[in-house]
Amino acid sequence: MSEPNPVLTRFDHKIIVEWIPANSRVLDLGCGDGELLAYLIAEKNVKGTGIEIDEEAIYKCIAKGLSISHGDVDSGLADYSTKRFDFVILNESLQEVLHPQKVILEALRVGKKVIVGIPNFCHWQARKQIFFQGRVPVTKELPHQWYDTPNLRFLSLKDFHKFCRQEKITIEGQRNISINKEIFVMPNLLARIGLFLLKKD
Amino acid sequence: MPPKSLGIVQTQFLTFAHPPKEMILDSGLKLADITLAYETYGTINKDKSNAIFVFHSLTTDAHAAGFHAGDKKPGWWDDMIGPGKAFDTDKYFVISSNCIGSCKGSTGPISTNPKTGKPYGLNFPMVTINDMVRAQKYLIDHLGIKKLLSVAGGSMGGLQALLWAVNYPEYVSSVIAIATNTRQTAQQIAFHEVGRQAIMADPDWLNGDYYGKTIPARGLALARMIGHITYMSDQSMDEKFGRKLIAKEKFGYDFEQDFEVENYLKYRGDTFVQRFDANSYLYLSKSLDYFDLAKDGDLLKAFKNVKSNFLVIAFTSDWLYPAYQSKDMVRALKANDIDVSYVEINSSYGHDAFLVEIDEQSHLVSHFLKRIYKETT
Repeated sequence: MSEPNPVLTRFDHKIIVEWIPANSRVLDLGCGDGELLAYLIAEKNVKGTGIEIDEEAIYKCIAKGLSISHGDVDSGLADYSTKRFDFVILNESLQEVLHPQKVILEALRVGKKVIVGIPNFCHWQARKQIFFQGRVPVTKELPHQWYDTPNLRFLSLKDFHKFCRQEKITIEGQRNISINKEIFVMPNLLARIGLFLLKKD
Repeated sequence: MPPKSLGIVQTQFLTFAHPPKEMILDSGLKLADITLAYETYGTINKDKSNAIFVFHSLTTDAHAAGFHAGDKKPGWWDDMIGPGKAFDTDKYFVISSNCIGSCKGSTGPISTNPKTGKPYGLNFPMVTINDMVRAQKYLIDHLGIKKLLSVAGGSMGGLQALLWAVNYPEYVSSVIAIATNTRQTAQQIAFHEVGRQAIMADPDWLNGDYYGKTIPARGLALARMIGHITYMSDQSMDEKFGRKLIAKEKFGYDFEQDFEVENYLKYRGDTFVQRFDANSYLYLSKSLDYFDLAKDGDLLKAFKNVKSNFLVIAFTSDWLYPAYQSKDMVRALKANDIDVSYVEINSSYGHDAFLVEIDEQSHLVSHFLKRIYKETT
Protein backbone atom coordinates (compact mmCIF):
# COMPACT_ATOMS: atom_id res chain seq x y z
CA MET A 1 0.00 0.00 0.00
CA SER A 2 1.69 3.20 -1.13
CA GLU A 3 0.89 6.63 0.23
CA PRO A 4 -0.02 9.43 -2.18
CA ASN A 5 2.86 11.83 -2.63
CA PRO A 6 2.42 14.95 -0.54
CA VAL A 7 1.46 18.03 -2.53
CA LEU A 8 1.75 21.69 -1.71
CA THR A 9 -1.54 23.50 -1.91
CA ARG A 10 -0.35 26.80 -0.45
CA PHE A 11 1.67 29.43 -2.27
CA ASP A 12 3.60 30.45 0.85
CA HIS A 13 4.65 26.83 1.33
CA LYS A 14 6.04 26.72 -2.22
CA ILE A 15 8.32 29.65 -1.41
CA ILE A 16 9.42 28.23 1.93
CA VAL A 17 10.34 24.97 0.22
CA GLU A 18 12.64 26.89 -2.16
CA TRP A 19 14.61 28.20 0.79
CA ILE A 20 15.24 24.83 2.40
CA PRO A 21 17.99 22.68 0.90
CA ALA A 22 17.73 18.90 0.80
CA ASN A 23 18.65 16.90 3.91
CA SER A 24 18.15 19.84 6.29
CA ARG A 25 16.93 19.44 9.83
CA VAL A 26 13.70 21.37 10.23
CA LEU A 27 11.43 22.36 13.11
CA ASP A 28 8.02 23.70 12.10
CA LEU A 29 6.46 25.70 14.92
CA GLY A 30 2.71 25.74 14.61
CA CYS A 31 2.84 23.20 11.80
CA GLY A 32 -0.93 22.83 11.45
CA ASP A 33 -1.93 19.64 9.63
CA GLY A 34 1.69 19.04 8.61
CA GLU A 35 1.38 19.70 4.86
CA LEU A 36 4.68 21.55 4.63
CA LEU A 37 6.64 19.10 6.80
CA ALA A 38 5.29 16.05 5.00
CA TYR A 39 6.31 17.60 1.68
CA LEU A 40 9.79 18.52 2.89
CA ILE A 41 10.36 15.03 4.23
CA ALA A 42 9.10 13.28 1.11
CA GLU A 43 10.63 15.54 -1.53
CA LYS A 44 13.72 16.95 0.15
CA ASN A 45 14.62 14.16 2.52
CA VAL A 46 14.41 16.63 5.37
CA LYS A 47 14.57 15.41 8.95
CA GLY A 48 11.64 17.28 10.38
CA THR A 49 9.50 17.64 13.44
CA GLY A 50 6.71 19.98 14.43
CA ILE A 51 4.91 21.58 17.31
CA GLU A 52 1.18 22.16 17.17
CA ILE A 53 -1.42 23.19 19.73
CA ASP A 54 -4.54 21.85 18.03
CA GLU A 55 -5.31 18.22 18.89
CA GLU A 56 -7.23 17.52 15.66
CA ALA A 57 -4.36 18.90 13.58
CA ILE A 58 -1.97 16.61 15.48
CA TYR A 59 -3.96 13.53 14.49
CA LYS A 60 -3.60 14.62 10.86
CA CYS A 61 0.15 15.07 11.31
CA ILE A 62 0.57 11.64 12.90
CA ALA A 63 -1.46 10.10 10.05
CA LYS A 64 1.07 11.63 7.68
CA GLY A 65 3.81 9.81 9.55
CA LEU A 66 5.23 12.95 11.11
CA SER A 67 6.74 13.29 14.54
CA ILE A 68 4.88 16.05 16.33
CA SER A 69 4.66 17.51 19.81
CA HIS A 70 1.46 18.81 21.26
CA GLY A 71 2.14 22.21 22.73
CA ASP A 72 2.25 25.94 22.23
CA VAL A 73 4.86 27.87 20.33
CA ASP A 74 5.73 30.03 23.33
CA SER A 75 7.05 27.15 25.43
CA GLY A 76 7.98 24.68 22.70
CA LEU A 77 11.47 25.91 21.93
CA ALA A 78 13.10 25.71 25.33
CA ASP A 79 13.28 21.90 25.02
CA TYR A 80 15.81 21.94 22.21
CA SER A 81 19.55 22.23 22.32
CA THR A 82 21.35 25.13 20.60
CA LYS A 83 21.57 24.96 16.78
CA ARG A 84 19.79 21.63 16.81
CA PHE A 85 18.01 22.53 13.55
CA ASP A 86 19.11 24.00 10.24
CA PHE A 87 15.76 25.75 9.89
CA VAL A 88 13.04 26.77 12.28
CA ILE A 89 9.80 27.73 10.57
CA LEU A 90 7.42 30.19 12.18
CA ASN A 91 4.84 30.58 9.48
CA GLU A 92 1.55 32.28 10.33
CA SER A 93 2.11 31.57 13.98
CA LEU A 94 4.18 34.48 15.22
CA GLN A 95 1.26 36.88 15.41
CA GLU A 96 -0.51 34.44 17.73
CA VAL A 97 2.23 34.01 20.30
CA LEU A 98 2.36 35.76 23.62
CA HIS A 99 6.03 36.72 23.52
CA PRO A 100 7.07 37.06 19.87
CA GLN A 101 10.39 38.71 20.62
CA LYS A 102 11.42 35.89 22.93
CA VAL A 103 10.14 33.27 20.48
CA ILE A 104 12.13 34.66 17.54
CA LEU A 105 15.31 34.88 19.56
CA GLU A 106 14.77 31.36 20.89
CA ALA A 107 14.10 30.13 17.35
CA LEU A 108 17.37 31.73 16.28
CA ARG A 109 19.10 29.91 19.11
CA VAL A 110 17.86 26.41 18.26
CA GLY A 111 17.96 26.97 14.48
CA LYS A 112 20.79 28.15 12.27
CA LYS A 113 18.22 29.98 10.19
CA VAL A 114 14.64 30.96 10.86
CA ILE A 115 11.83 31.41 8.37
CA VAL A 116 9.09 33.75 9.52
CA GLY A 117 5.80 34.33 7.75
CA ILE A 118 3.57 37.17 8.87
CA PRO A 119 0.31 38.65 7.65
CA ASN A 120 0.83 42.28 6.67
CA PHE A 121 -1.50 44.42 8.73
CA CYS A 122 -0.77 47.45 6.53
CA HIS A 123 -1.90 45.94 3.25
CA TRP A 124 -3.80 48.60 1.25
CA GLN A 125 -7.15 46.91 1.78
CA ALA A 126 -6.61 46.98 5.50
CA ARG A 127 -5.60 50.64 5.33
CA LYS A 128 -8.68 51.40 3.26
CA GLN A 129 -10.97 49.83 5.82
CA ILE A 130 -9.39 51.78 8.62
CA PHE A 131 -9.31 55.04 6.70
CA PHE A 132 -12.65 55.03 4.89
CA GLN A 133 -14.79 52.76 6.98
CA GLY A 134 -13.23 53.60 10.32
CA ARG A 135 -13.10 49.91 11.16
CA VAL A 136 -10.48 47.49 12.26
CA PRO A 137 -9.73 45.58 9.06
CA VAL A 138 -11.09 42.16 8.20
CA THR A 139 -9.33 40.71 5.17
CA LYS A 140 -8.56 37.30 3.66
CA GLU A 141 -5.36 37.01 5.68
CA LEU A 142 -6.89 38.64 8.76
CA PRO A 143 -10.37 37.13 8.59
CA HIS A 144 -11.33 37.51 12.24
CA GLN A 145 -13.36 40.08 14.10
CA TRP A 146 -11.72 41.95 16.96
CA TYR A 147 -13.55 39.78 19.50
CA ASP A 148 -12.56 36.39 18.14
CA THR A 149 -9.18 36.85 16.53
CA PRO A 150 -6.42 34.49 17.63
CA ASN A 151 -3.95 37.18 16.61
CA LEU A 152 -2.34 38.96 19.49
CA ARG A 153 0.11 41.02 17.44
CA PHE A 154 -0.61 43.29 14.52
CA LEU A 155 2.39 44.32 12.51
CA SER A 156 3.42 45.42 9.07
CA LEU A 157 6.37 44.26 7.00
CA LYS A 158 8.06 47.56 7.84
CA ASP A 159 7.55 46.97 11.55
CA PHE A 160 9.22 43.62 11.16
CA HIS A 161 12.22 45.18 9.41
CA LYS A 162 12.57 47.63 12.27
CA PHE A 163 12.38 44.82 14.79
CA CYS A 164 15.14 42.88 13.02
CA ARG A 165 17.41 45.94 12.91
CA GLN A 166 16.84 46.51 16.59
CA GLU A 167 17.60 42.88 17.49
CA LYS A 168 20.58 42.72 15.10
CA ILE A 169 18.92 39.97 13.09
CA THR A 170 20.06 39.65 9.47
CA ILE A 171 17.31 39.36 6.89
CA GLU A 172 18.86 37.08 4.29
CA GLY A 173 15.78 36.90 2.15
CA GLN A 174 12.33 38.41 1.83
CA ARG A 175 9.48 37.26 -0.40
CA ASN A 176 6.14 39.01 -0.56
CA ILE A 177 2.87 37.42 -1.46
CA SER A 178 -0.54 38.66 -2.40
CA ILE A 179 -3.18 36.11 -3.34
CA ASN A 180 -1.20 33.28 -4.97
CA LYS A 181 1.35 35.60 -6.58
CA GLU A 182 4.56 37.31 -5.63
CA ILE A 183 4.77 41.06 -5.11
CA PHE A 184 7.96 42.85 -6.09
CA VAL A 185 7.15 46.53 -5.55
CA MET A 186 5.85 48.37 -2.51
CA PRO A 187 5.37 45.19 -0.49
CA ASN A 188 4.27 47.01 2.64
CA LEU A 189 1.29 48.31 0.68
CA LEU A 190 0.61 45.47 -1.75
CA ALA A 191 1.67 42.26 -0.02
CA ARG A 192 -0.69 40.36 2.19
CA ILE A 193 1.99 38.06 3.55
CA GLY A 194 5.69 38.59 4.08
CA LEU A 195 8.12 35.70 4.30
CA PHE A 196 11.53 36.35 5.84
CA LEU A 197 14.66 34.27 6.00
CA LEU A 198 16.52 35.25 9.14
CA LYS A 199 19.91 34.65 10.63
CA LYS A 200 21.64 35.92 13.75
CA ASP A 201 25.32 35.50 14.51
CA MET B 1 -20.62 -6.52 12.55
CA PRO B 2 -18.66 -7.25 15.71
CA PRO B 3 -15.05 -6.02 15.68
CA LYS B 4 -12.54 -8.60 14.64
CA SER B 5 -11.12 -10.66 17.44
CA LEU B 6 -8.19 -12.93 17.96
CA GLY B 7 -10.58 -15.63 19.11
CA ILE B 8 -9.37 -18.15 21.67
CA VAL B 9 -5.89 -17.54 23.07
CA GLN B 10 -3.83 -19.37 25.65
CA THR B 11 -1.39 -18.31 28.31
CA GLN B 12 2.07 -19.86 28.08
CA PHE B 13 4.75 -20.17 30.70
CA LEU B 14 8.52 -19.86 30.68
CA THR B 15 10.61 -20.94 33.64
CA PHE B 16 14.24 -19.88 34.02
CA ALA B 17 16.95 -18.79 36.46
CA HIS B 18 17.43 -22.24 37.85
CA PRO B 19 20.12 -22.52 40.55
CA PRO B 20 22.95 -21.80 40.46
CA LYS B 21 21.99 -19.25 37.79
CA GLU B 22 19.49 -17.31 39.86
CA MET B 23 18.47 -13.83 38.80
CA ILE B 24 20.01 -11.14 40.98
CA LEU B 25 17.52 -8.49 42.00
CA ASP B 26 18.06 -4.76 42.62
CA SER B 27 17.89 -5.51 46.34
CA GLY B 28 20.93 -7.80 45.96
CA LEU B 29 18.81 -10.85 46.77
CA LYS B 30 18.50 -13.76 44.37
CA LEU B 31 15.35 -15.19 42.84
CA ALA B 32 15.42 -18.75 41.51
CA ASP B 33 13.12 -20.80 39.29
CA ILE B 34 11.24 -17.81 37.94
CA THR B 35 8.14 -18.39 35.89
CA LEU B 36 6.74 -15.79 33.50
CA ALA B 37 3.20 -16.12 32.22
CA TYR B 38 2.88 -14.73 28.72
CA GLU B 39 0.72 -14.68 25.65
CA THR B 40 1.54 -13.97 22.03
CA TYR B 41 -0.73 -12.83 19.24
CA GLY B 42 -0.13 -12.80 15.52
CA THR B 43 2.80 -14.37 13.72
CA ILE B 44 6.45 -13.51 13.95
CA ASN B 45 7.98 -12.81 10.54
CA LYS B 46 11.06 -14.46 9.12
CA ASP B 47 13.63 -11.92 10.32
CA LYS B 48 11.77 -11.42 13.61
CA SER B 49 11.41 -7.69 12.98
CA ASN B 50 7.71 -7.31 13.72
CA ALA B 51 7.61 -8.06 17.46
CA ILE B 52 5.95 -5.69 19.88
CA PHE B 53 6.11 -6.19 23.63
CA VAL B 54 3.20 -4.79 25.66
CA PHE B 55 3.14 -4.41 29.44
CA HIS B 56 0.19 -4.40 31.77
CA SER B 57 -0.68 -2.03 34.58
CA LEU B 58 -0.74 -2.74 38.32
CA THR B 59 -3.42 -5.40 38.66
CA THR B 60 -3.92 -6.91 35.22
CA ASP B 61 -2.12 -9.81 33.60
CA ALA B 62 -0.60 -11.44 30.53
CA HIS B 63 -4.04 -11.90 28.99
CA ALA B 64 -4.13 -8.71 26.94
CA ALA B 65 -6.27 -9.75 24.00
CA GLY B 66 -8.55 -12.45 22.63
CA PHE B 67 -10.61 -14.79 24.77
CA HIS B 68 -9.69 -17.59 27.12
CA ALA B 69 -11.82 -20.64 26.40
CA GLY B 70 -15.16 -20.26 28.14
CA ASP B 71 -14.67 -16.59 29.03
CA LYS B 72 -17.20 -13.92 28.08
CA LYS B 73 -14.77 -11.04 28.52
CA PRO B 74 -11.67 -10.59 26.35
CA GLY B 75 -8.19 -9.54 27.54
CA TRP B 76 -7.62 -6.11 29.09
CA TRP B 77 -6.33 -4.42 25.90
CA ASP B 78 -8.48 -6.28 23.38
CA ASP B 79 -9.74 -2.95 22.00
CA MET B 80 -6.20 -2.19 20.89
CA ILE B 81 -4.73 -5.60 20.01
CA GLY B 82 -6.09 -7.83 17.25
CA PRO B 83 -6.57 -8.11 13.51
CA GLY B 84 -6.94 -4.65 12.01
CA LYS B 85 -6.61 -2.94 15.39
CA ALA B 86 -3.97 -0.47 16.59
CA PHE B 87 -1.53 -3.28 17.40
CA ASP B 88 -2.50 -5.08 14.22
CA THR B 89 -1.90 -8.79 14.64
CA ASP B 90 -2.18 -9.25 10.88
CA LYS B 91 1.10 -7.34 10.67
CA TYR B 92 2.76 -7.56 14.06
CA PHE B 93 3.67 -10.24 16.55
CA VAL B 94 2.50 -9.01 19.95
CA ILE B 95 3.91 -10.35 23.20
CA SER B 96 2.34 -9.68 26.57
CA SER B 97 3.77 -10.96 29.84
CA ASN B 98 2.69 -10.91 33.44
CA CYS B 99 5.31 -9.20 35.64
CA ILE B 100 7.09 -10.94 38.48
CA GLY B 101 5.62 -10.12 41.88
CA SER B 102 2.12 -10.45 40.45
CA CYS B 103 -0.30 -13.30 41.16
CA LYS B 104 -1.40 -13.98 37.61
CA GLY B 105 0.85 -16.88 36.69
CA SER B 106 4.27 -15.29 37.07
CA THR B 107 6.37 -15.88 40.15
CA GLY B 108 5.21 -13.80 43.10
CA PRO B 109 4.48 -14.00 46.82
CA ILE B 110 1.64 -16.49 46.20
CA SER B 111 4.00 -18.89 44.36
CA THR B 112 5.56 -21.86 46.07
CA ASN B 113 8.96 -21.18 47.56
CA PRO B 114 11.13 -24.04 46.25
CA LYS B 115 13.10 -23.99 49.49
CA THR B 116 10.11 -24.53 51.80
CA GLY B 117 7.45 -26.02 49.55
CA LYS B 118 5.05 -23.36 50.87
CA PRO B 119 3.91 -20.04 49.41
CA TYR B 120 6.55 -17.32 49.72
CA GLY B 121 4.34 -14.79 51.47
CA LEU B 122 6.58 -12.06 52.84
CA ASN B 123 9.65 -14.23 52.21
CA PHE B 124 9.32 -13.26 48.58
CA PRO B 125 12.14 -10.81 47.85
CA MET B 126 11.18 -7.24 47.04
CA VAL B 127 11.09 -6.71 43.28
CA THR B 128 11.43 -3.47 41.36
CA ILE B 129 10.20 -2.42 37.92
CA ASN B 130 13.81 -2.92 36.88
CA ASP B 131 13.65 -6.53 38.08
CA MET B 132 10.43 -7.10 36.14
CA VAL B 133 12.12 -5.89 32.97
CA ARG B 134 15.19 -8.01 33.71
CA ALA B 135 12.94 -11.07 33.90
CA GLN B 136 11.16 -10.10 30.66
CA LYS B 137 14.53 -10.03 28.92
CA TYR B 138 14.79 -13.80 29.47
CA LEU B 139 11.52 -14.19 27.60
CA ILE B 140 12.66 -12.08 24.64
CA ASP B 141 15.93 -14.03 24.50
CA HIS B 142 13.94 -17.27 24.69
CA LEU B 143 11.84 -16.13 21.72
CA GLY B 144 15.06 -15.33 19.86
CA ILE B 145 14.15 -11.68 19.28
CA LYS B 146 17.05 -9.25 18.94
CA LYS B 147 15.04 -6.14 18.21
CA LEU B 148 11.56 -5.19 19.29
CA LEU B 149 9.67 -3.00 16.86
CA SER B 150 8.04 -1.41 19.86
CA VAL B 151 7.57 -1.66 23.61
CA ALA B 152 4.28 -0.29 24.83
CA GLY B 153 2.30 0.20 27.98
CA GLY B 154 0.14 2.48 30.05
CA SER B 155 0.60 3.43 33.69
CA MET B 156 2.89 0.83 35.34
CA GLY B 157 3.21 -0.81 31.91
CA GLY B 158 4.61 2.47 30.61
CA LEU B 159 7.32 2.43 33.27
CA GLN B 160 8.41 -0.99 32.03
CA ALA B 161 8.45 0.22 28.44
CA LEU B 162 10.67 3.16 29.42
CA LEU B 163 13.07 0.90 31.29
CA TRP B 164 13.33 -1.40 28.30
CA ALA B 165 14.49 1.52 26.17
CA VAL B 166 16.94 2.66 28.85
CA ASN B 167 18.33 -0.75 29.84
CA TYR B 168 18.38 -2.44 26.43
CA PRO B 169 18.71 0.40 23.89
CA GLU B 170 19.84 -1.93 21.12
CA TYR B 171 16.70 -4.02 21.51
CA VAL B 172 14.09 -1.31 21.22
CA SER B 173 13.15 0.54 18.01
CA SER B 174 10.32 2.48 19.57
CA VAL B 175 8.50 3.19 22.80
CA ILE B 176 4.81 3.92 23.28
CA ALA B 177 4.48 5.42 26.75
CA ILE B 178 0.90 6.10 27.79
CA ALA B 179 -0.32 7.88 30.93
CA THR B 180 2.96 7.22 32.63
CA ASN B 181 5.93 9.07 34.11
CA THR B 182 9.63 8.91 34.79
CA ARG B 183 9.45 8.93 38.57
CA GLN B 184 6.76 8.19 41.08
CA THR B 185 5.79 11.32 42.92
CA ALA B 186 5.15 11.80 46.64
CA GLN B 187 1.40 11.81 46.01
CA GLN B 188 1.54 8.48 44.19
CA ILE B 189 3.67 6.94 46.93
CA ALA B 190 1.23 8.32 49.49
CA PHE B 191 -1.77 6.65 47.84
CA HIS B 192 0.13 3.37 47.57
CA GLU B 193 1.05 3.54 51.24
CA VAL B 194 -2.57 4.12 52.28
CA GLY B 195 -3.52 1.04 50.26
CA ARG B 196 -0.80 -1.01 51.88
CA GLN B 197 -1.75 0.17 55.35
CA ALA B 198 -5.34 -0.86 54.67
CA ILE B 199 -4.18 -4.39 53.81
CA MET B 200 -1.73 -4.67 56.68
CA ALA B 201 -4.29 -3.38 59.18
CA ASP B 202 -6.65 -6.23 58.28
CA PRO B 203 -6.47 -8.81 61.12
CA ASP B 204 -6.69 -11.56 58.49
CA TRP B 205 -3.47 -10.43 56.85
CA LEU B 206 -1.33 -12.27 59.45
CA ASN B 207 1.94 -10.72 58.24
CA GLY B 208 1.26 -12.10 54.81
CA ASP B 209 0.90 -15.67 56.02
CA TYR B 210 -2.79 -16.07 55.20
CA TYR B 211 -2.58 -18.61 52.38
CA GLY B 212 -4.92 -21.53 53.02
CA LYS B 213 -6.73 -19.43 55.63
CA THR B 214 -9.04 -16.41 55.37
CA ILE B 215 -7.77 -13.80 52.93
CA PRO B 216 -7.49 -10.19 54.12
CA ALA B 217 -10.49 -9.27 51.98
CA ARG B 218 -11.55 -6.11 53.79
CA GLY B 219 -8.10 -4.57 53.64
CA LEU B 220 -7.55 -5.45 50.01
CA ALA B 221 -11.01 -4.21 49.02
CA LEU B 222 -10.31 -0.92 50.78
CA ALA B 223 -6.96 -0.60 48.97
CA ARG B 224 -8.76 -1.16 45.68
CA MET B 225 -11.44 1.42 46.52
CA ILE B 226 -8.75 4.01 47.13
CA GLY B 227 -7.06 3.00 43.89
CA HIS B 228 -10.28 3.41 41.94
CA ILE B 229 -10.75 6.94 43.17
CA THR B 230 -7.32 7.83 41.82
CA TYR B 231 -8.10 6.27 38.44
CA MET B 232 -11.14 8.45 37.84
CA SER B 233 -11.52 12.19 37.59
CA ASP B 234 -13.74 14.50 39.55
CA GLN B 235 -15.77 15.02 36.38
CA SER B 236 -16.04 11.38 35.31
CA MET B 237 -17.16 10.35 38.81
CA ASP B 238 -19.73 13.07 39.00
CA GLU B 239 -21.05 12.30 35.53
CA LYS B 240 -21.30 8.61 36.33
CA PHE B 241 -22.78 8.81 39.82
CA GLY B 242 -23.58 12.40 40.71
CA ARG B 243 -25.48 12.31 43.97
CA LYS B 244 -27.67 9.41 42.90
CA LEU B 245 -28.99 7.34 45.78
CA ILE B 246 -29.01 3.53 45.86
CA ALA B 247 -32.56 2.36 45.26
CA LYS B 248 -33.99 4.79 47.75
CA GLU B 249 -35.82 8.10 47.70
CA LYS B 250 -34.51 9.58 50.91
CA PHE B 251 -31.31 9.59 52.91
CA GLY B 252 -31.09 6.81 55.46
CA TYR B 253 -29.58 9.09 58.14
CA ASP B 254 -27.39 6.20 59.25
CA PHE B 255 -24.11 4.59 58.14
CA GLU B 256 -25.63 2.25 55.63
CA GLN B 257 -24.71 3.19 52.09
CA ASP B 258 -26.74 6.01 50.61
CA PHE B 259 -24.99 6.94 47.41
CA GLU B 260 -24.36 5.09 44.15
CA VAL B 261 -20.69 5.95 44.28
CA GLU B 262 -20.35 4.13 47.60
CA ASN B 263 -22.02 1.09 46.10
CA TYR B 264 -19.76 1.20 43.06
CA LEU B 265 -16.58 1.35 45.12
CA LYS B 266 -17.77 -1.49 47.33
CA TYR B 267 -18.59 -3.59 44.27
CA ARG B 268 -15.19 -2.85 42.76
CA GLY B 269 -13.45 -3.73 46.01
CA ASP B 270 -15.41 -6.96 46.52
CA THR B 271 -14.84 -8.27 43.00
CA PHE B 272 -11.17 -7.35 43.17
CA VAL B 273 -10.44 -9.54 46.20
CA GLN B 274 -11.67 -12.55 44.24
CA ARG B 275 -9.09 -12.04 41.53
CA PHE B 276 -6.05 -10.51 43.19
CA ASP B 277 -3.66 -11.44 45.96
CA ALA B 278 -3.18 -8.98 48.80
CA ASN B 279 0.56 -9.62 49.12
CA SER B 280 1.02 -9.05 45.40
CA TYR B 281 -0.71 -5.72 45.83
CA LEU B 282 1.82 -4.83 48.54
CA TYR B 283 4.80 -5.88 46.44
CA LEU B 284 3.70 -4.29 43.19
CA SER B 285 2.71 -0.99 44.75
CA LYS B 286 6.09 -0.90 46.45
CA SER B 287 7.83 -1.60 43.15
CA LEU B 288 6.12 1.50 41.80
CA ASP B 289 7.34 3.59 44.73
CA TYR B 290 10.94 2.66 44.00
CA PHE B 291 10.68 3.74 40.39
CA ASP B 292 12.77 6.77 39.43
CA LEU B 293 14.39 6.85 36.02
CA ALA B 294 16.55 9.87 36.79
CA LYS B 295 20.03 8.86 37.70
CA ASP B 296 21.42 11.30 40.28
CA GLY B 297 18.24 13.31 39.83
CA ASP B 298 19.21 14.04 36.23
CA LEU B 299 16.57 12.82 33.81
CA LEU B 300 18.54 14.04 30.80
CA LYS B 301 21.32 11.63 31.70
CA ALA B 302 18.86 8.75 32.07
CA PHE B 303 17.95 8.93 28.37
CA LYS B 304 21.52 9.42 27.20
CA ASN B 305 21.97 6.02 25.55
CA VAL B 306 18.41 5.60 24.36
CA LYS B 307 18.09 4.90 20.64
CA SER B 308 14.33 4.49 20.29
CA ASN B 309 11.68 6.70 18.75
CA PHE B 310 8.98 7.71 21.19
CA LEU B 311 5.25 8.20 21.17
CA VAL B 312 4.17 9.75 24.47
CA ILE B 313 0.46 10.05 25.25
CA ALA B 314 -1.11 11.80 28.25
CA PHE B 315 -4.69 12.69 29.16
CA THR B 316 -5.93 16.08 30.26
CA SER B 317 -7.90 14.86 33.28
CA ASP B 318 -5.39 12.28 34.54
CA TRP B 319 -4.36 13.54 37.96
CA LEU B 320 -2.59 10.34 39.03
CA TYR B 321 -0.10 10.58 36.16
CA PRO B 322 -0.62 14.23 35.18
CA ALA B 323 0.30 15.44 31.71
CA TYR B 324 3.06 17.69 33.05
CA GLN B 325 4.99 14.55 33.96
CA SER B 326 4.79 13.33 30.38
CA LYS B 327 5.92 16.76 29.22
CA ASP B 328 8.95 16.53 31.51
CA MET B 329 9.73 13.21 29.87
CA VAL B 330 9.33 14.67 26.39
CA ARG B 331 11.59 17.60 27.28
CA ALA B 332 14.33 15.27 28.50
CA LEU B 333 13.99 13.14 25.36
CA LYS B 334 14.23 16.18 23.10
CA ALA B 335 17.25 17.44 24.96
CA ASN B 336 18.88 14.14 24.01
CA ASP B 337 17.94 14.64 20.34
CA ILE B 338 15.58 11.68 20.52
CA ASP B 339 12.70 11.59 18.05
CA VAL B 340 9.47 12.02 20.01
CA SER B 341 5.82 12.62 19.31
CA TYR B 342 3.69 13.87 22.17
CA VAL B 343 -0.07 14.11 22.34
CA GLU B 344 -2.24 15.22 25.23
CA ILE B 345 -5.65 13.71 24.55
CA ASN B 346 -8.59 15.71 25.79
CA SER B 347 -10.52 13.33 28.02
CA SER B 348 -12.60 13.49 31.19
CA TYR B 349 -11.91 9.90 32.23
CA GLY B 350 -8.89 10.54 34.42
CA HIS B 351 -6.16 7.90 34.54
CA ASP B 352 -8.66 5.29 33.27
CA ALA B 353 -8.68 7.18 29.96
CA PHE B 354 -5.84 5.01 28.67
CA LEU B 355 -8.23 2.04 28.65
CA VAL B 356 -11.21 4.07 27.47
CA GLU B 357 -10.14 6.55 24.78
CA ILE B 358 -9.62 3.89 22.14
CA ASP B 359 -10.30 5.77 18.89
CA GLU B 360 -7.71 8.47 19.49
CA GLN B 361 -5.07 6.06 20.76
CA SER B 362 -5.72 3.60 17.94
CA HIS B 363 -5.18 6.36 15.40
CA LEU B 364 -1.96 7.50 17.05
CA VAL B 365 -0.53 4.05 17.73
CA SER B 366 -1.36 2.53 14.33
CA HIS B 367 0.18 5.41 12.37
CA PHE B 368 3.18 5.62 14.67
CA LEU B 369 3.86 1.88 14.30
CA LYS B 370 3.42 2.09 10.55
CA ARG B 371 6.11 4.77 10.39
CA ILE B 372 8.49 2.88 12.67
CA TYR B 373 7.97 -0.35 10.75
CA LYS B 374 8.71 1.46 7.51
CA GLU B 375 11.83 3.08 8.94
CA THR B 376 13.23 -0.10 10.46
CA THR B 377 12.60 -2.58 7.66
